[in-house]
This record gives sequence, structure tokens and C-alpha cells, in this order.
Amino acid sequence: MNVDQTQFRAAVLDPARTVPDGLIDPEGRRAGKRFDVYRNNVVVSLSKALAEAFPVICKLIGDSNFSILAGHFVRQHPPESPLIAFYGSAMPEFLAGFEPLRNLGYLPDVARLELALRESYHAADGTSFDPVILQDLPPERLLAARFTLAPALRLVSSDWPIAAIWHFNTTDGPKPEMTQEAALVTRPGFDPVVTALSPAGAAFVEALTSGETFGTAVEAATAIDPEFDLTPTLGALVSGGALTAIIED
Amino acid sequence: MSNHMKTLAIVGAVAAAVSATAATQAVAQDGKEKCYGVSMAGKNDCAAGPGTTCAGTSTVDYQGNAWTLVDAGTCTSMELPDGRMGSLEPLDRDLPA
Repeated sequence: MNVDQTQFRAAVLDPARTVPDGLIDPEGRRAGKRFDVYRNNVVVSLSKALAEAFPVICKLIGDSNFSILAGHFVRQHPPESPLIAFYGSAMPEFLAGFEPLRNLGYLPDVARLELALRESYHAADGTSFDPVILQDLPPERLLAARFTLAPALRLVSSDWPIAAIWHFNTTDGPKPEMTQEAALVTRPGFDPVVTALSPAGAAFVEALTSGETFGTAVEAATAIDPEFDLTPTLGALVSGGALTAIIED
Repeated sequence: MSNHMKTLAIVGAVAAAVSATAATQAVAQDGKEKCYGVSMAGKNDCAAGPGTTCAGTSTVDYQGNAWTLVDAGTCTSMELPDGRMGSLEPLDRDLPA
């Protein structure tokens, strides 16, 4: 008897379902236990992949809670691509709608940051230009210039201090202070780096990435915060190798 | 602030950002080379390892619909003044199957 793929797929993701018809062991008997082992391994291996993909979420809620969470996620969102490296892109939305964790409002944004880190890691290389050029450019030309940014650049904005939460859980950073924060992800060498930006700093980077001029980007930032200090934001872009070309009209 | 003052401030900020990072960049570029085929831990080949072990059967270990959220993890150690972040109060344990 042939095994029906639809039935097989449904049974792999739902332990309450019976073993699909047509599965037999070498003796010709129904392969019930063998299928149970297989079914379990599908979920366990994908759960472990998720734990490695979202180490901070894992740390925040604890290993055992995460494995339960992952069990639900895997069954609702089985991989759609054979690339396990990008598995879990539905995690932020899943967390936002996951009732038992609704009280931890920052989890979806932390998951977004962890996704951004993986995307950044796998993004194409970009070659940054010598930042001294910025200094040598006459001010009026600098303000009118647009920039091409590195493919590995990512920006995750949040109502929560997600960069601080990430650093607290990965690099022993200080305890997070409640504040709105964006996380800038750059990849100066081969590993992504997380830098906290203020909402104004995020507006600056966002404007640059959407092709606005340097001057317009500064205005976008000062519109949010008149006291906006450009130095740390621009410093993060420069040291992160995020500026790859200057475009002058 | 006049436009001229604004421009001056921007030029100053650019100079500060550039000089602060010029030194660190040279260091960062040294001593690294791309190693193809060696992925970040678990990002490409993780499923091959854990996926091949027999960690019990599904009906025993991983079926559970019950959510048993306990105070594991670091959520509770991140308490903030307004108390929003550290809360791990008892939760509704019923979940759709």
C-alpha cells in the first residue's frame, strides 16, 4: 500500500494522529514505534535548531519553557525552505500571539533582533570606504550626499530596550533600563555587532537606508530629538563598516 | 540654531565619529580570514546532529500542550523601576491543542 503524503505530513506534526497507513517494518508489521521515533526526532531536531537560532529568547524564558514553546512553534510553522539557517522567521509574530508569554512584551522584538543577527551574518560582503572622506568633503557636499549601506546592516526599532536586553544576556552588559531603543546591527568583520540607538539615531539610519541625503537624515533625527548627537550613531555606522559608497548628484 | 551653526555642529560630529573609529578599524581588519564551510554554530548543520538522536518518542516527551512556565531564565533578574519587565506572574495554562 502506498503512503499518502498529506496523511504522513499531518501525522508527523501531530502526535495524536495515528500512524499513516502503509508504513511497515522489515518484518512486514505496522511500523508504529518506528514512526513515533521519527515523528519525535522531527520536532526535537527543529526545536534544537530554534534554540540555537534564538539563544536570548531561550535564556530569557529558560530551556524547559523554550522547548515547550518550540514544540508548539514547529507544529504551527514547519520549515518552508530547506535552509535551516533561516528557519524561524515567523517567531516574532508567533510570540506576539502566544498567550502564556503575553506579559513579556519585549520578547517579539528580541526575536526580531535575533533574526536580524542571523540575516546579517549570512548577508553578502560589503566594502566600506575610508571614513576620512567624510571629513574631507566640504559641508555642503556632505549634506547633499546619499549613501549606499552594507548588505549586512539591519535596524530593529522597539518600544523596549532590546539592545540592552540582548547585551545583558549575551555579553554581561548592565541591567536594562526601561527606554525606547533601536538595535543597529552591523558586521565590521565576520560577526554581527549590536549597537543601541536612540529613536532619533534610528530615524537617521532609517533615512539614510531609504536613500535620503545626509542633511535630510540629520533633520529627521533632530525632528524627534532637538538634542540629537550625531557622533555615536555615525560612529557606529563607520566602525561597523556600514557605509560602502557615497553618491553625489 | 542657525543653518551655519547646524552645519558646524554636523561637521564637528563627523570629525569626532571618524577619528574615534579610524584607530579601531585597522585593528579589526587584521588577523581574520573567511573560513568557508564553517558556519556559525548550529546555523547550517545543527539539525543533522540533534536530529539523528533518539530522544524518546513523541507521545511520551514532546506532545505536551500544557504550558508550565516557571521562573527559569533571566526575565526575573531584569527588574526595572516600573516593574514591567520582571513580571512572571502565574499564567493561564490552557492552550489550544
